[in-house]
Amino acid sequence: MIDFSPDDRLIDAVGLGEIRRKVDAGERLSFDDGVKLYEHPSLSAVGALAHRVRLAKHGRTTFFNINLHIDYTNICMYSCRFCAFAAKPGEERAYLMTPDDIEARLKGFRGTDLGEVHMVAGIHPDMGYDYYLDIVRAAKRGKPDVHVKAFTMVEIDHMLKISGKSEVEVFADLREAGLGSCPGGGAEVLSDRVWRAVFMDKIGPNDWLATARKVQQNGFKMNATLLYGHVEKVPERVEHLVKLRELQDETGNFMTFIPLAFWPYNTRLQKYGDVTTGWNDMRNIAVGRLMLDNFQNVKAYWVMMTPRLAQTAQSFGANDLDGTVTEERITHDAGTTAPMLLPRDELVHLIESAGFEPVLRDTTYETLQPA
Amino acid sequence: MSLERTINKVLDGERLTFDEGLTLYQEAELTTLGMLGDAVRRRFHDDGVVTYIIDRNVNPTNVCITDCTFCAFYRRPGDSEAYVLPREVIYKKIDELRDAGGVQVLLQGGHHHELKTAWFAELFRDLKEHYPWLWIHGMSPPEIVHLSHIDKQPVKWVIQELMDAGLDSIPGGGAEILVDRVRDVIARKKATTDEWLDVMRDACELGLRTTATMMFGHVETLPERIEHLERLRQLQDECGVFTAFIPWTFQPDHTPMADEWLQTNKKATSHEYLRMLAFSRIYLDNFENVQSSWVTQGVKVCQVGVGIGANDFGSAMLEENVVSSAGCDNMTSIDQIERHIVDAGFTPRRRNMLYELLEPVPA
Repeated sequence: MIDFSPDDRLIDAVGLGEIRRKVDAGERLSFDDGVKLYEHPSLSAVGALAHRVRLAKHGRTTFFNINLHIDYTNICMYSCRFCAFAAKPGEERAYLMTPDDIEARLKGFRGTDLGEVHMVAGIHPDMGYDYYLDIVRAAKRGKPDVHVKAFTMVEIDHMLKISGKSEVEVFADLREAGLGSCPGGGAEVLSDRVWRAVFMDKIGPNDWLATARKVQQNGFKMNATLLYGHVEKVPERVEHLVKLRELQDETGNFMTFIPLAFWPYNTRLQKYGDVTTGWNDMRNIAVGRLMLDNFQNVKAYWVMMTPRLAQTAQSFGANDLDGTVTEERITHDAGTTAPMLLPRDELVHLIESAGFEPVLRDTTYETLQPA
Repeated sequence: MSLERTINKVLDGERLTFDEGLTLYQEAELTTLGMLGDAVRRRFHDDGVVTYIIDRNVNPTNVCITDCTFCAFYRRPGDSEAYVLPREVIYKKIDELRDAGGVQVLLQGGHHHELKTAWFAELFRDLKEHYPWLWIHGMSPPEIVHLSHIDKQPVKWVIQELMDAGLDSIPGGGAEILVDRVRDVIARKKATTDEWLDVMRDACELGLRTTATMMFGHVETLPERIEHLERLRQLQDECGVFTAFIPWTFQPDHTPMADEWLQTNKKATSHEYLRMLAFSRIYLDNFENVQSSWVTQGVKVCQVGVGIGANDFGSAMLEENVVSSAGCDNMTSIDQIERHIVDAGFTPRRRNMLYELLEPVPA
């Protein structure tokens, strides 16, 4: 049992006593509490509150997994202003992986401890419904024991529209093809103003939430993200968290919240801003942890945050460091300075050297194995 | 219970003992250390200002006879990469510094086997003649001890000669860990703990201010780190010579000890850096300023350091050769330093070595 009382005087001294008492009593924080936590000058006190929740839920355990990213095409019919990854058909940098490509890629991992393949990509204007089912099947053929976590709500919404099938049939097809769960991308910021400002081509907040509801009602678990550090304002981040929290109350199948640090290079937002700061990274982890009282896990995504900050995030509310992430492309196109992959022993080191206990998890946090 | 008592002691402005410090470091969470560090920072700085300085490192020579095993910068006398910078090169560097709005040169280098006090005195005179505005923050204590050996003169004589030539302050480099067991392992031929501290005491008597550093994450133990802080705190009580404390982590790449050391050790992580930074701010209750290090940690972690006790972003260095020789290649700029200070809710201000605020530069 961890004794938090020594921290209480420190937290109360900087004016967070009221929120601390709510957190200790298990009371839900309000929208205004969320704004206050984002704007409070004491980063370490906000972090200490989030850390206390993290310790209560997970002790010193930090999860990680062994995963592979396959961004199967960069061809996209949408032109979101924050995206450096999307290409138009015919552009020199445009690419599309076939099911055979994906099968071959996964075959290369047979006999390794790879547990998950994460597949997300652009919305290709010409690929039909069957392509999506085929690439899931191809991944499973390549490595039958791999968990396929694929398709953001944007891709799922697209499939529902082009399939000519009912919602129930589409999810049955995906399950049969081998889909295991869905990632949390494409939510960006669940605010109509931000949607209109930077990603109006694709589905907005209401459709993202509606699609996430369908996914979860049809028996799939999924994650949730927040893309921060571009044009969004603090109240819009809090609005985003409140919307996720409400849907989670209803469905309960969000596994993990993952704040995503925006990388502006090569995007059309580059001239408006810069790479996120360490304060902003820690703040989004901490406030996410405190506001999302019905989410079990908060993940620090090192590809966007950088490994140094992801390690630090373990003390600011995060209990998951994602995975080895072999071969990520989307954030690298937007200029991230993080490496393309972290070997398993380096991830374990980032966890252990910060005083936490690494536990290898599967995608859905069911099979756990101390590292 | 004991942790709570320690926390209350810090909040009530009481000094921690060595044992209390050890327990605090071992038991407190990062954010607890951070809140305490932040509270101590506010005791010294309640003006919402975070400072930085524009200076550059000039390393007049990389020739060194100390063979420190943690150093990737030095070359033995006669090595094909050994150098002593000619005046024109140094002047060009100071021209660039002036053009960037710089105020100070951090001048330190190897322990050259031949260069005497007079050589450095002449360098300082030439610099002051060409650049009367330039603040010379130069010659770490081990270099001064080395000159006293070469010239067979007391340390005070060396300092006085250099002061007469234009030396303005002494940097706290070469402290590494101020425990002789550690120095015997990584810096056997360099100044001892007492010699390092004596240089600072002498400098103070002669009217110079200095800084203090700590390089950690190599062969030292946690109690040895705290002993280092304890020695600094004692000297600061005695004479108040230090303007600031500057910790950083050992950068092992390309150093003589790297191959063997890396077999069983890893470079200190950012988590450990932040813990030590916050702890130093708490323990050194008589130091006004503590620097966060973007050079070894990157600008993002450096900014988090400002949330846990640091009140200074260090230097917008135009040149750095020592840790970059050891594979440390973080970059930043004046704009980035200011952006990160503002983002953390503080007002960025430029300063000099004495931590006097300089007039803001008109936009």
